[in-house]
Amino acid sequence: MFSIPVFFDSFAPLAWAARYTLLVSGLGIALGLVIGAVVCILALSRSRPLRFIAALWVSYLRGVPMLVQLLVVFFLLPVIGINVPAIVAAVGTTAIVASAYISEIWRGAINALPRGQAEAAVAIGMRPAHVWRRVILPQAVALSLPQLVNELILLVKASSLVSVVGIMEITRASQAQAATTFRPLEVYLAAACLYLAINLVLAALGRWLEYRMAV
Amino acid sequence: MQAASVEIIEVNKFYGPFQALKDVDLTIPPGQVTCIIGPSGSGKSTLLRCINFLEEYDSGEIRIDGELIGYETPGRKMRARRLREMRCSIGMVFQQFNLWPHMTARGNVAEGLIRVRGMNRAEAGERAAEALTKVGLADKMDSHPVRLSGGQQQRVAIARAIAMEPRLMLFDEPTSALDPELVGEVLNVMKALAAEGMTMAVVTHEMGFAAHVADRVAFMDKGELVAADTPSRILHQPDDPRMRAFLRTYHERNSF
Repeated sequence: MFSIPVFFDSFAPLAWAARYTLLVSGLGIALGLVIGAVVCILALSRSRPLRFIAALWVSYLRGVPMLVQLLVVFFLLPVIGINVPAIVAAVGTTAIVASAYISEIWRGAINALPRGQAEAAVAIGMRPAHVWRRVILPQAVALSLPQLVNELILLVKASSLVSVVGIMEITRASQAQAATTFRPLEVYLAAACLYLAINLVLAALGRWLEYRMAV
Repeated sequence: MQAASVEIIEVNKFYGPFQALKDVDLTIPPGQVTCIIGPSGSGKSTLLRCINFLEEYDSGEIRIDGELIGYETPGRKMRARRLREMRCSIGMVFQQFNLWPHMTARGNVAEGLIRVRGMNRAEAGERAAEALTKVGLADKMDSHPVRLSGGQQQRVAIARAIAMEPRLMLFDEPTSALDPELVGEVLNVMKALAAEGMTMAVVTHEMGFAAHVADRVAFMDKGELVAADTPSRILHQPDDPRMRAFLRTYHERNSF
C-alpha cells in the first residue's frame, strides 16, 4: 500500500540532493549562455572556417545523446591525463551541450529581427558595437527569453543523467533511498514532485521576466 | 544647417550577373527636392541606398558636397570611421519606418544624438523633444512605436533623422506602407522640410507630391536613369514611351 508518511519523509533527503540538480543545471545554463554566445558569434561571422566550426560544434552536441556524452567525457578525461572531480565533468558537459542549443536559439532570434532595425542605426552613423548593444541584442534577448526558459527546464530534467557519473542529485538520491527503504513508489513520486516544483518556479520566473522585458 | 549637393556619376551596381544600376548620372542640387519615380524593380531604391552607401555601388562615383562616399579613391574602400562621419549628416527615412520598438519615441530620436553626436542624456532628450514637436508629436514623446499609428511612426522616424541636423535627407518610399488617410500627415512634414531648404532625394509613388513639391523629377526604368527634368516636363510632357506607359497606369488608376 502507498504510505503517505514514507512519501513525506522522502522529501528531506531528496531536497538536500536537489542542490546538485540546481548546481548542474544552474551552472550549466550560465556557462552555456557564455559559450553559446561565442558559438553564435562564430556562426554569424563572415569567415567560412569559423562558421564551419560552429556548425560542427552544434551538430555533434545536438546529435549525440547527453547520456553518451557524459560517459565519453567522464572516461575520456583520465585517458588524456586530466583528473577532475566528477561534478566538474558533469557541469562542463552540461554547459557544453546547452551551448549548442543556446547558440541556435540566439542565432534564430537575431536572424528574426528585420534587417531594417540595424540599417536604421547604421544609416545615422552608429558604430557596430552600439548597433549590437543598443538595437540588436536587447530585442534578440527579449525574443529568445521563452526559449531560454524552455532550455533551462530541459536542463533541470537532463541533470538527472549526471547520476551515471556518480553525482548524488535528486534522481540518484531517490534510487539510493528506494533501495534502503524498499518503498520505490513513494520515493520516486516525491522526486517527481520535487522536479515539478523546481520547474514550476522556473516557469513562473520566466514569465515574470518576459513581462518585464516586453516592449 | 547648410544643404548639401549630391553628384552621381556613371554609377553601376550588380547583384551577381544582374545589373541593378546602369551608368546612372544624376545631380541633386543643394536645397532642392528631387523625386525619383519609376516602376518597381527599376533601381530607384538601390540608387537612393547607394547615396549613403547602405548599398555598395561597384563603379562610378557618388559625391556629397564634392566628397566621394564609400571609397577613398575609386576602387579603394573608405575607412569605416570616415564613412560613419559622412552618414551621420545624411538622414534616411525608410518605407517600413524601422523604429526601434524597445525605445519610446523620444528614445528613438535621442539614441543617435547620444551614441553618435556624443550628447549627454539631458541635452539629447531636449533636442529629441524639439524634433518631435516639429513633426507634431509633442504629445507622443513617451509612447512606444507599437502605440503609434503608421503616420505617427513615420513622423518619429523623420524626427529621428532631422534631430541629427543632416545636410541631406533620403526618403525611401516613405508613404508606401501607410494607409491612404495617413499619407497626408507625412507628406506635410516633408513639405515643411523642403520649404526650409533641405536637400531631399525622395523615392516615391506619390505623383502629387512629385508634381507640387519636387524641383526635379528623375524617371528610372530597368536600372537606367531615363530622364531628369522639371516635374511638368516629366509628368505632363513625357517624351519617352516607357515614361508614358508608366504614367498611364497612374492616370488609369486615379480616374474613377
